[in-house]
Amino acid sequence: MRDVAIIGAGMIPFGRRDEDTLMDMLAYASLKALDDAGLGDKSVDAVYVGNMGGGMLQRQTAIASSLVDRLNLMPAAAETVENGPASGGSAVKNGLLAVASGYYDYVLVVGGEKMREVTGWRATDFVATMTHPQAEYPYGITLPGMAGMFTRLYMEKYGVTREHLLAISLKNQEMGTLNPYAHVEMALDRGGIFDSPHAIVNNPTSADPLHLYDLCPVSDGAAALILCPLEMAKKLAKPPILIAGFGQATDTQTLQERDDPTDLKAVTLAAQKAFEMAKLKPGDIHVAELHDAFTILEIAESEHVGFFKKGEGGKAAAAGKTRLGGQMPINISGGLKARGHPVGATGVAQVVDIVFQLRHELPKNRQVQKAENGLTVNFGGFGNNVLAFVLRRVQS
Amino acid sequence: MPIDMELEAVLRPTQYPMPPYPPKTITLANGKVMVVRQAVREDVPAILKSVHPCLFIERDYYDIVSARLYGELLAWYRYRVKSEYCLMGQVDGYLVGIVNGRMENEKVGMSYHTLAIDRGLRIGSHLFAAKMEYHLEYLGQEEVLIVAESPIGFRRWMIEYPLEATKIPHELGGGDSYLLTREIYFKAKPRLVVGDRPVSQELMAEAEAEIKFADDDTIRERIAGLKGR
Repeated sequence: MRDVAIIGAGMIPFGRRDEDTLMDMLAYASLKALDDAGLGDKSVDAVYVGNMGGGMLQRQTAIASSLVDRLNLMPAAAETVENGPASGGSAVKNGLLAVASGYYDYVLVVGGEKMREVTGWRATDFVATMTHPQAEYPYGITLPGMAGMFTRLYMEKYGVTREHLLAISLKNQEMGTLNPYAHVEMALDRGGIFDSPHAIVNNPTSADPLHLYDLCPVSDGAAALILCPLEMAKKLAKPPILIAGFGQATDTQTLQERDDPTDLKAVTLAAQKAFEMAKLKPGDIHVAELHDAFTILEIAESEHVGFFKKGEGGKAAAAGKTRLGGQMPINISGGLKARGHPVGATGVAQVVDIVFQLRHELPKNRQVQKAENGLTVNFGGFGNNVLAFVLRRVQS
Repeated sequence: MPIDMELEAVLRPTQYPMPPYPPKTITLANGKVMVVRQAVREDVPAILKSVHPCLFIERDYYDIVSARLYGELLAWYRYRVKSEYCLMGQVDGYLVGIVNGRMENEKVGMSYHTLAIDRGLRIGSHLFAAKMEYHLEYLGQEEVLIVAESPIGFRRWMIEYPLEATKIPHELGGGDSYLLTREIYFKAKPRLVVGDRPVSQELMAEAEAEIKFADDDTIRERIAGLKGR
């Protein structure tokens, strides 16, 4: 197997993009990644598109086939990868394996989603279609509802408090104001969403004990990467970013079938596999993008990947250890909470953000100093299909 | 424009006595303090400057709401509507939202429009709540007739309170009308109606000194920018 590097990364601003079609967004992000890679006349051999809802929301299937035509990348191989909110991560994995195997040299991986085309409750229903078709969905379960129950259990078992969740909301939305690609560019105020009696309107309960600002927004957006063998990448000007490790693991579809519903085994296993492949430990990671679709998930994932012991993630966040300049900077992009969560784009966007960090090309107020290793966790379902990637900066 | 006051006396509707809405402050999610206060007729030209750029924003039916609000406020300014009022939200003096309505009679209120100029801060929710507070707690009315023109309005008013459907037509026309009764209002009040009184002299002086408004491009960006808050 060949070592695989990322040589191009691009993203479009996430948000509500009424003027753009899904295909427009995928094309814009792809062109940015292709430009960033500076391949000149070289084309790509294959295209992997991560997308969850094109068939349901846009009534559009065979999206990758359409994209290669739009970008005039024929005769590149093209496939759409649907794996719920982990579609982006799965597309990265497919691109990685294709290059590692030696079958393709240059691969475009792009993830995108257009969710604001429908009302909020239809978007919530669309996301809920990933739940169990007999045991959950018919009874009206939603992902926020599931996250609310998970949070309650996590609070009871590990002592997580609303103060801990608040720390995530405040940190990630503050970082979002610094990220030009972020959907939400509004810093929150503790008084306005927590302390003041007016917070009951500003930050109402969404799925007890989660409140409005514990949830990520519903977003449109796309992000893209160009992958190639490391040896070829070393000849390019920009420092190649090695995909040093990846892991993927699954778990039961329903939470109630798990021995301990608070144990996100797939997160632990995916991260362990990624660390083993990279020959690194959690302590070697300098920056991480974790899947904070709900604030509780940033805390839980930070524990399950091994950054903090169980029960310590919330305290670490409240103590500022996960902020820029802290012991383990997490979601410096603003995370899903502020950058947004166009489901098919997220797994790719997380990798793009870590690439920017490891290339040391972000402004000082967002750059983790001397970052050499990064981790991403893309969380599908409610932790039943998880992908983790360890990225490493390589001197060209 | 010359006015024939004899004819004008015929054209101008009589007014119900309307006690003033006492101003209040609300701390928003971003920590900024919004002063909610009642506009006087002389404020209308300044308010219309903020409404005007919204006339051309199709997103979320801002064009319809703004066009109707513009007409309603102008009608109030020129004495062509009976017992209308307007409440507004200001942050650092800047106009961030407007609501209006009128007394249909002593017992029934007619809710007109809610326009949030700065989005993503639940300013519309706060101002709509202030409007209902005015009708039921200060004007002493029994119920308020409401109709929604946008999905956001429907979600915020009909579902969040929740309102009661009625066959009584709303004067704006449109879809089914809904009623906010005293019972519904006081049940919803603890979770939807907030604010601190009295407003400090300093904040009141700043709000009253000048109704500031952002330039047209800024207003359009705040309402319909790429990020689409």
